[in-house]
Amino acid sequence: MKRSFLLRERFLILRRVSQAAILLLFAFSGSLSGYLGGLWLLKGNLSASLVADTVPLNDPFVLAQSLAAGHLPELTAVIGAAIVIAFYLLAGGRSFCAWVCPVNAVTDSALWLRRRAGIKGGHAPAKSLRLWLLGSVLLFSAISGSLLWELVNPVSLLQRELIFGTGLSLVLVAAIFVYDLTIAQRGWCGHICPMGAAYGLLGKGALLRIRADKRDNCDDCMDCFKVCPEPQVLKPVLKGEGSSIIRSGACSNCGRCIDVCEQQVFRFGHRFEIRSQKP
Amino acid sequence: MSKQAKPVSGKPANPVRRLFMSGSLGAACAAGMVGAGLTSYSTQAQSAPADALRPPGALPEADFLSACVRCGLCVRDCPYDTLKLAPLGAGLGVGTPYFKARHIPCEMCSDMPCLQHCPTGALDPRLSDINQARMGLAVLLDQETCLNFLGLRCDVCYRVCPAIDEAITLEKQRNPRSDRHGMLLPTVHSAHCTGCGKCEHACVLEEAAIKVLPLSQAKGKLGAHYRLGWEQKAGNHGKSLLGEDMVELPVRGLETSAGSAWTPPPLDGEWKP
Repeated sequence: MKRSFLLRERFLILRRVSQAAILLLFAFSGSLSGYLGGLWLLKGNLSASLVADTVPLNDPFVLAQSLAAGHLPELTAVIGAAIVIAFYLLAGGRSFCAWVCPVNAVTDSALWLRRRAGIKGGHAPAKSLRLWLLGSVLLFSAISGSLLWELVNPVSLLQRELIFGTGLSLVLVAAIFVYDLTIAQRGWCGHICPMGAAYGLLGKGALLRIRADKRDNCDDCMDCFKVCPEPQVLKPVLKGEGSSIIRSGACSNCGRCIDVCEQQVFRFGHRFEIRSQKP
Repeated sequence: MSKQAKPVSGKPANPVRRLFMSGSLGAACAAGMVGAGLTSYSTQAQSAPADALRPPGALPEADFLSACVRCGLCVRDCPYDTLKLAPLGAGLGVGTPYFKARHIPCEMCSDMPCLQHCPTGALDPRLSDINQARMGLAVLLDQETCLNFLGLRCDVCYRVCPAIDEAITLEKQRNPRSDRHGMLLPTVHSAHCTGCGKCEHACVLEEAAIKVLPLSQAKGKLGAHYRLGWEQKAGNHGKSLLGEDMVELPVRGLETSAGSAWTPPPLDGEWKP
């Protein structure tokens, strides 16, 4: 018997709610502050922000570019980046991609349409491109003395667009949609985005991971492979002899595999071998 | 592809060969090209328009572009909606804060809320007095249309200046057109001008005659070897550095019959401003 719709889509729904809520809070904290005695719940944007007018947050990748460009930041930014790094070491590095980043909704839509329209083929660059880009962007930030990726970073551009409502940079985001739709399946998030790669590096040591504890129940339906944004991380834990925990930094903790698996092979858990669940 | 084809254990494959086979080499080259391309784009993107000014306390432009993370906290904290984030293609570094004085000038809040929350120090927290801010420098660009230069008493830029009589003074001059009227010429003094843009904003002309420009465009720089005689003299108890025993050379061609120095001819009549 199939599980209910809500159970089958719960993490997808939660992720969209999370992504939208963060953007809405950024955009409308000013309007809300009138009812909260002037308190801004969330001010700034994903590059750097202030929670409840007190706690600083800084994107580590953006700050790394600034560092590479030769600017020694104020302590506030360092603390902000440390908090973000600590959070993603707990929550799983690329959970940023699945739960916060607004481009995720764009590329997910492109993938959905690609499947719907039956578009096949195309050409995706090597998975390692994003890591090379990460290095290259930092190197050339040092050479040019500016935050190089931020000149074109569609993640920064889109979220700033949505929060501050300025300019024409949505063109770039549209380009990503078309690229993912017609040229490379999951091209942007899966192969190119150096911001995701940076969070992926954090994810290698992250605590919250997806575990295939009940992999013996797997009936090879391939549903999880179809929905997983980084399907290469599934095979070793599902079919291998080794660990059943997805420790790859590429996994974005999106929980889509948990959503779709009728056999309930997957669940969220910690990264250590010991089984924390009831038998 | 069978499972046996992959080496499960033992020596890893030749790393150079693996680099080729996995497409990593191509990816590395592509990444390098993107980086180099962005670098050349970044220099183009730094040709800022002359009417875009940075918030108070902003580091010099090159440092600012390496420090600002484009979070918009200053924009949110500005109570007058002065600051905006640069859109793509504005030549300012996309997402960096700026303002245009002709639209909304800086109100020079004494508590400077815009730089209080700047996380990186792109807006320098060491700026403690808004009067020390140097967002730009007002320049009376067009003397042909400035009403005061035409002999009228507009004075609006002078009157709105938060540092009236310091940053902008009215310098009295004779009007040569009538020879009997005066002109009061708005004159900017860079020692006091913060570049807030109130003057440009208030200029009554359809296109402002006085404009605030970024310092790099507005200010000249004197060679370090220049010495200003009057300043040197002031530092030498009012005495010339040349000493008293200078030989006085005759001034040729300007002698009067009496042999004394030239004096200007007297004015035709009484001169009134």
